[in-house]
Amino acid sequence: MSAPMDIPLHRLAHARAGDKGNRLNIGLFAYRPETWPLIAEQVTEQRVLDLFAHRGATRVRRYDLPNLGGFNFVIDDVLQGGVNGALNLDGHGKTLSFRLLGLTLRVPAELQS
Amino acid sequence: MSPLLRIGCGSGFSGDRIDARGPVVDALIATGGPAALMLEVLGERTLALAQRDRRANPDGGYEPALEALLRPILARCAAHGIPIITNGGAANPRGAARAVLRLARELGLPELRIAVVEGDDVRGTDALDDLQPWEGDEGAVLDPAQVIAANVYLGAAPIAEALRGGAQVVITGRAADPALALGPMLAHFGWAEDDWNRLAAGTACGHLLECGSQVTGGYFADPGFKDVPDMHAIGFPIAEMDEDGGFTITKPGGTGGLVNLRTVKEQLLYELHDPAAYLTPDVTLDITAISLAQEGPDRVRVTGARGTPRPARLKATVSLPGGWLGEGEISYAGPNARARAELAGRTLRDRLPMLGIQGRVRVDLIGIVSVFDGDAGILGDTDLTADPADLRLRLAVATETKEDAERAAREVLSLLCCGPAGGGGARTRVVDRIRTLSFMVPRDRVHPRVTLLTLEDAA
Repeated sequence: MSAPMDIPLHRLAHARAGDKGNRLNIGLFAYRPETWPLIAEQVTEQRVLDLFAHRGATRVRRYDLPNLGGFNFVIDDVLQGGVNGALNLDGHGKTLSFRLLGLTLRVPAELQS
Repeated sequence: MSPLLRIGCGSGFSGDRIDARGPVVDALIATGGPAALMLEVLGERTLALAQRDRRANPDGGYEPALEALLRPILARCAAHGIPIITNGGAANPRGAARAVLRLARELGLPELRIAVVEGDDVRGTDALDDLQPWEGDEGAVLDPAQVIAANVYLGAAPIAEALRGGAQVVITGRAADPALALGPMLAHFGWAEDDWNRLAAGTACGHLLECGSQVTGGYFADPGFKDVPDMHAIGFPIAEMDEDGGFTITKPGGTGGLVNLRTVKEQLLYELHDPAAYLTPDVTLDITAISLAQEGPDRVRVTGARGTPRPARLKATVSLPGGWLGEGEISYAGPNARARAELAGRTLRDRLPMLGIQGRVRVDLIGIVSVFDGDAGILGDTDLTADPADLRLRLAVATETKEDAERAAREVLSLLCCGPAGGGGARTRVVDRIRTLSFMVPRDRVHPRVTLLTLEDAA
């Protein structure tokens, strides 16, 4: 029997980011329905807030969409001015979906395949 | 019962591929039956730039590519009864319409009927006297004297009115993107204005279409995980809407890309916040009970959108002067590249205060960390031992004046002589910026107007 392993979220889910003003949303979708509860348990609002704290994020809300196998993360004040005010090369924050997918999840043996 | 309505999307933003609409129009004609084509070309930022263009040139201020977008398809769409709906009017729908009428005359289409939808521009009106900040811009206060542009997101009703009046081309300024699709649905099916579930379905459909290829395999590929065939020729989407609000997303045969549950899911949540309450001018959309089914190759069925009454206020985007941005980049490669690039960055940070340049400053080391980082450069999980052989240093400075932005950018150029060894490929860029804020304005202070124009108006 193999042990739980740390696996990048990128292997378990896909994502797309969109912006409005200084607010970013990231739609996150499990590749397989059976991993949705695992993502729900480990990719918490607090963990996502911590992931974007260095960019000034002030609040994260997660909306669960179990019938789509997905989640919508809405992250406030993360764009440091947004497309019209940011100094960042990516003022839209479009690349940030892949920062979320860089998180590591603790995955039990039966879900590793 | 009305037959289904096909809606194709031939452009998803200003700057989109210009050859995408051809196969969509071909497919709509080949299938036959009622159809419409939407061309979405207007972003939050685009409109403010267009307002500036119009001030410099009263005949300008609309989408510069509009004529190029329409030229190859206008005659065929008119001949086959496929109306074209576009927000390419930007800051000057009437000016855009005059240009399209001139094009129609040139193409031998003297009878072409064009409608403009106006009333989105609320600068100087009482709509701005009763503002509530949009929830993402809490605490924002507006100085009316600073306003460059103020445009309300109009809904589908005026578009439907124009189509019912016989328009073959409908040109709007700011309209909610999904309304470009919902308008022809209202005109075709005659849905009641409080038929919330159907309005919700039409809005969800328009939302999936509005970014063009983003639902058909664009902005999706992740090699080895999500592969997309023939990305160089992605087919843009076509929706088949039924009278009851169920619809199918597909694309023209023989094109690249793909339509599957994953492409549709990603686009369904794109730029959306509360999935139970997506506020649009036409309806409050709830997608939480939507179900998706792959009903065939490149065909996804979407059902279960729910609607509740439209909000009492409309969203307005207000554009304000945003100062200047000065940028510069320079490359370092080979042995000790990282140390040389970092020294260049420190040198820039020392130089700007010496020159008295005021403003926010950011330095990126492209190749180690850039887009993920905050302006303060404190991303803790950066690999501090990495020493890539090819790096690009970037400086960005936000200033009040053009002169300061130019002086800051020039500091990157001067690294070519005064900086660390082996820097090359320096580039600079200075742009003026427009800041946008969103507010909610009372619906009853916004007055959409529909006008049919004829060839005499082109003079």
